Amino acid sequence: MIRGITLRRPPISPAWVVLGALIFLALVVAMIRYASGLGAISNLNDNTGWGLWISFDLLCGVALASGAFITASIVYLFGGEQYRPLLRPAILTGFLGYLMVILALMVDLGRPERIWYLIIFWNHHSVMFEVGWCVMLYTFVLALEFSPLVFERFGLRAPLRLIHALIIPLAIAGATLSTLHQSSLGSLYVILPDQLHKIWYTPLLPLMFWLTAVAVGPAMVILESTISSRVFRRGLGLDLLGGLARVIPFVLAAYMAVKIGDLAGSGELGLLAEWDLESGLFWLEIMGFVFLPMVLFSLPAVRQSSAWLMFSAFLVVSEVVLSRFAVGLIAIGRPEFAASYVPHPLEFAVTIGIVSAGIAAFGLVARYLPLFTEYAPSSAAE
Amino acid sequence: MPKAILFDAFRCTGCRGCQVACKQWNDLPAEDTHNTGSYQNPPRVSADTWLVMQFREVENGDGLKWAFGRHACMHCLHPACVSACPVGALYKTDDGPVLYHDDRCIGCRYCMLACPFEIPTFQWDQGLFEGPEIKKCTFCIDRLSAGMEPACVHTCPSGALKFGERDELIAVAEGRIREHPERYLDHVYGKDEAGGTSVLYISPVPFEKLGLPELGPEPIQEDTEDIMTKATPAVLVGMLIGLGGIYWVVKRRQEMMAKKGGSGGSGNREAPS
Repeated sequence: MIRGITLRRPPISPAWVVLGALIFLALVVAMIRYASGLGAISNLNDNTGWGLWISFDLLCGVALASGAFITASIVYLFGGEQYRPLLRPAILTGFLGYLMVILALMVDLGRPERIWYLIIFWNHHSVMFEVGWCVMLYTFVLALEFSPLVFERFGLRAPLRLIHALIIPLAIAGATLSTLHQSSLGSLYVILPDQLHKIWYTPLLPLMFWLTAVAVGPAMVILESTISSRVFRRGLGLDLLGGLARVIPFVLAAYMAVKIGDLAGSGELGLLAEWDLESGLFWLEIMGFVFLPMVLFSLPAVRQSSAWLMFSAFLVVSEVVLSRFAVGLIAIGRPEFAASYVPHPLEFAVTIGIVSAGIAAFGLVARYLPLFTEYAPSSAAE
Repeated sequence: MPKAILFDAFRCTGCRGCQVACKQWNDLPAEDTHNTGSYQNPPRVSADTWLVMQFREVENGDGLKWAFGRHACMHCLHPACVSACPVGALYKTDDGPVLYHDDRCIGCRYCMLACPFEIPTFQWDQGLFEGPEIKKCTFCIDRLSAGMEPACVHTCPSGALKFGERDELIAVAEGRIREHPERYLDHVYGKDEAGGTSVLYISPVPFEKLGLPELGPEPIQEDTEDIMTKATPAVLVGMLIGLGGIYWVVKRRQEMMAKKGGSGGSGNREAPS
């Protein structure tokens, strides 16, 4: 049985006050939205029906939550038992990530009270149908993968044994569902052959979204581990993070090859020489956020330094944010009705409030549940 | 046979009678309008305006000339919005109209993104209790089912709009082009675009000048539907078998190594990528 970590700090610190205030502000904004419509709190309009929330909270949020399925696959399926100390925080980050996505959808959807209609009304031609189903099912899988923390805390042996028996099928289901919806978030935009800029449009968007999600999974685990080791004053398994980091260059190289190969294949490499916003974003992404972290993560010196690991992981996270915004918002040309969307400050307030809720929930779990299993192999049922 | 509307940009006088008739028949409120430097008003279709006449000035050899376009639902033969809707709230009827079940819609607005003509619009000012809906031209389905033609066609004074069977209207359009090649470009827009539409255009000026996108003959959702019906099941089955296989192989190797006397679990590394 692992004991929960109790912190010897006053329960109400300034950080909690700030988080609470940001969450409260987002709640107020959400109430205004429910009373008076999306137009009251957002600059979304008929030209730009999907804005900040879809690009950041949905596209980035889901991708950045991929550490859970990557780590679970490594530990349970690929024989990486030594990475188990990273598993619980990674599962929690993923689980909270998906809950945050659902919170954002509860604001962004026009009829949030009908979100469950996805279960009863089917259109299997719609990519959104796949996204909805996979996110629903995978959030359930994550809840099950997270549940041992609660069961252990309250000493519930029977459900713990049940989850333990199911853990391999759960890991396989989690990786499959993640692959399906991480990629189908890209497929959503394959329906825009004429509206998405040629540098950013390709029928291979699903493959690219999946590859970048796989690359950012370990990067998020590195960031989350290094940050929480500082916040919670815990030791850091640098050797584990360094081992995880070795995967990243391979994935980034595959992504770069697909991306450049795709542009070459469609004869659009010339567009990269035109100095405009879309090509600028491409170069920034490929050089700064793909090639650079690929080189950095290949260097043993980087993998042995927590500061360098953090910096390189931050570059990979930036890659995901940039590419999701490029596809979701920036490179969508509206030739007839010039795009005129800049997110409203209250849209940011909602996003910031949801992220604050995620951070607060992580802090609460770290405080009250057995989140950090130390390096000794755990004897409790996992 | 599917019904259709033929819009003849040469005959259109830009009177906007159709725009007003659409509002009247469908009981749509007036919009707060602003001077945007154009006769075109409001600037685009919205939840309260389902048809907007485009006022374009086109260079025509000897100076500027007016060109009028019609912006409203094209009632595609293979509608991207219908393909995109996750809950099947949008649907295509055999007679031509693309219609909307307001009691199914979850308000995800993917239809608005998917439509190449930027037609579906959303009620941005409706809260949870009003229940915002997607709004667009209904092809006057209530009039059609009573044997009448759409309100816009009925009101058109110059004969720029014509309602009828789609294949007959294509013949009419091609006839007009043949009769007066000096008046029209030799193309019926909507005959093949995006798999064909139920609103057809003939025009003296290039169609993109009327605000119409350049589209190929394939429905634009062809790739996403392939992804959904072919790639997705393959990936699903492949992942389940592949991951199950990897788990089995890794587990067996660990067991063999444990048997050989090596400490179990120390000799494995994660597979790259």
